[in-house]
Amino acid sequence: MTDTSVVQPELLTVDQLQIAPSRRHREVIIRYSLLVAALVSVLVSALIVWSLLREAWTFVTEVVWADTWGQRGWFPRRGLYDIPTIVVSTLIVTGIAMVVAGPLGLGAAVYLSEYANRRVRSWLKPALEILAGIPSVVLGFFALTWIAPNLVGRIGKNVFLVLGAVILLGYAAVSAAMARSRIKQYREGAADPSARIGAVASIAMLAVVFGLALAWILNVWLEFAPNNAGSLAAAGIGVGILTIPLVASISEDAMAAVPDSLREASAGLGARKMTTATTVVLPAAISGIVAAFIVAISRAIGETMVVFMAGGAADAALFTDTPFDGGLTMTAAMASLASGTDSVVGEGLTFQSLYFVGLLLFLITLSLNIVASRFVSKVREAY
Amino acid sequence: MTDDSPRATDDAPRLIERPVAAAPRPSADGDGAGPDAGTSRDTVFSSRDVNVYYGTFRAVRDVTFDVHTHEIMALIGPSGCGKSTVLRCYNRMNDLIKEARVTGTITYRGTNLYNERVDPVEVRRRIGMVFQKPNPFPKSIYDNVAYGPRVAGQKRGLDDVVENSLRKAALWEEVSDRLSDSALGLSGGQQQRLCIARAIAVGPDVLLMDEPCSALDPIATARIEDLMQEIKQDYTIMIVTHNMQQAARVSDTTAFFTAEVHSENDSRTGILVEVDSTQKIFSNPSDERTENYVTGRFG
Repeated sequence: MTDTSVVQPELLTVDQLQIAPSRRHREVIIRYSLLVAALVSVLVSALIVWSLLREAWTFVTEVVWADTWGQRGWFPRRGLYDIPTIVVSTLIVTGIAMVVAGPLGLGAAVYLSEYANRRVRSWLKPALEILAGIPSVVLGFFALTWIAPNLVGRIGKNVFLVLGAVILLGYAAVSAAMARSRIKQYREGAADPSARIGAVASIAMLAVVFGLALAWILNVWLEFAPNNAGSLAAAGIGVGILTIPLVASISEDAMAAVPDSLREASAGLGARKMTTATTVVLPAAISGIVAAFIVAISRAIGETMVVFMAGGAADAALFTDTPFDGGLTMTAAMASLASGTDSVVGEGLTFQSLYFVGLLLFLITLSLNIVASRFVSKVREAY
Repeated sequence: MTDDSPRATDDAPRLIERPVAAAPRPSADGDGAGPDAGTSRDTVFSSRDVNVYYGTFRAVRDVTFDVHTHEIMALIGPSGCGKSTVLRCYNRMNDLIKEARVTGTITYRGTNLYNERVDPVEVRRRIGMVFQKPNPFPKSIYDNVAYGPRVAGQKRGLDDVVENSLRKAALWEEVSDRLSDSALGLSGGQQQRLCIARAIAVGPDVLLMDEPCSALDPIATARIEDLMQEIKQDYTIMIVTHNMQQAARVSDTTAFFTAEVHSENDSRTGILVEVDSTQKIFSNPSDERTENYVTGRFG
């Protein structure tokens, strides 16, 4: 590449290599306007958190704490703010929603990414995404008028028992496998007493959880009374339908990102499609799949309209641990108090209780996200 | 591992129906490659008039040749001549591409691999594959090697399988103290040897290697080539390579492919030019196109 001719290149001055001043000003203006755009959204979030904190603090300092725990229900107009009532209802709705959306969404994702050919994919994926576009008020109406009487009212009891049995058996299988590996670990490291305590404690904990869950399922099943009005179960199924596309689409993206070379390697070793999907693709995509579930859980906890319409309670509810009763979730409790007018009716602290519940919701989703990111970075099989 | 009795199931009809058509294969001048196009006892594969289509596009046309046991067969040729496509026919890897279609017959130890009753998964357990880019699973070294046996249902004795496979792949010394570390922490050459160990662990009869050294540096390449010579006693190996020196160094037999360019739409169809002993291909090929290619005048 060396040029042997002796012609000197033309000399340049610094000025010739400078940006025009007007151009430079424009760059600066653009840069700062973009910064302002970014700051405004941060600022708005900070203000929201601040106002939440301020009113919630009023509630925390002034409420009679005896009224927030162990009462028979959430009756804000009478000054009874039993927080377990709305938290347990929220958990029930979220749990049912995940039982519906988890298998269906993950199944759809595996089908789309591992089995469907291009033609099926080209209509199935948009169809799933249309489901995500259904306004939640429509789904709430559907949950109240169809899911509640038909699904929950008619066949709810047996479906509940079967589903409960399936979940418990799956849990038992997983925990048995875990216990086995713990015992194996203990045997291998035989002398270590902490391994023994760990093994015994984890097995005992699994047994206790299993027993409690079994007792709860049987109790609910025996007490079941058909009820055509809304219920937490109906609301949960509705929210589940609402979150299927979320689970499916994020999980599918994660699985589609797994390189085909891994699928080829697996097929080349004599693995069938399902084996490849479960032993190679799912572990490699686990971070995305966990993220999908966390997003879906956050969405289910925060979903308001469906639970408000189909949850089977207006603005007050008795405590319940049964999905077939009507109940009030945290979001529905807030919506029902604040609907229609700008004045919140009720006892003195009703207004502040809204902020407190809002803060609680915020903390739950925040901690979910933190747990998720920890978990994901720990179990991720990076490719 | 070395058995010259056929392992393929014999219930599928034997398919050598067609008399050997004008195979583009001259007889070698007698250094053992036994270029009889019929099924002699040591024939592992014979392909007859194999065509591969992607949709309506014909990627490979009328490929006919045999592969014999315990030999290393190299497939060489310029880019786009379909050598990888041909290689992937031998363990039905092309089945994974939805538009791909294979016609003609490929018999493996007397059984047509494309018989409708043949399960591609069973084929792949006997005919292993190593890919162009090292593609270890994002799992531990141990789990990578144990993957194939586990998939086949083996639960006991995995430790021995893992150790033996890693030893055969000349990787054991380097990784024996960190079997539970991620395979992705290995160097490129180690990863490729791990992929070879992973393929060996299934207990295959044949190894198909699709440009196994193209992503590796010369030292790693030399190790893989040595390895191929060592494991040749146990396996039949087919290797696609871009590197003519590599083909000349490692293989016993060489098949030269080239591409016909269709002027109307600029598409290419791969054709087999000639198959012969590697020595003859590189010193005194029968076809002018082969000579032009191996002497560097073309491609």
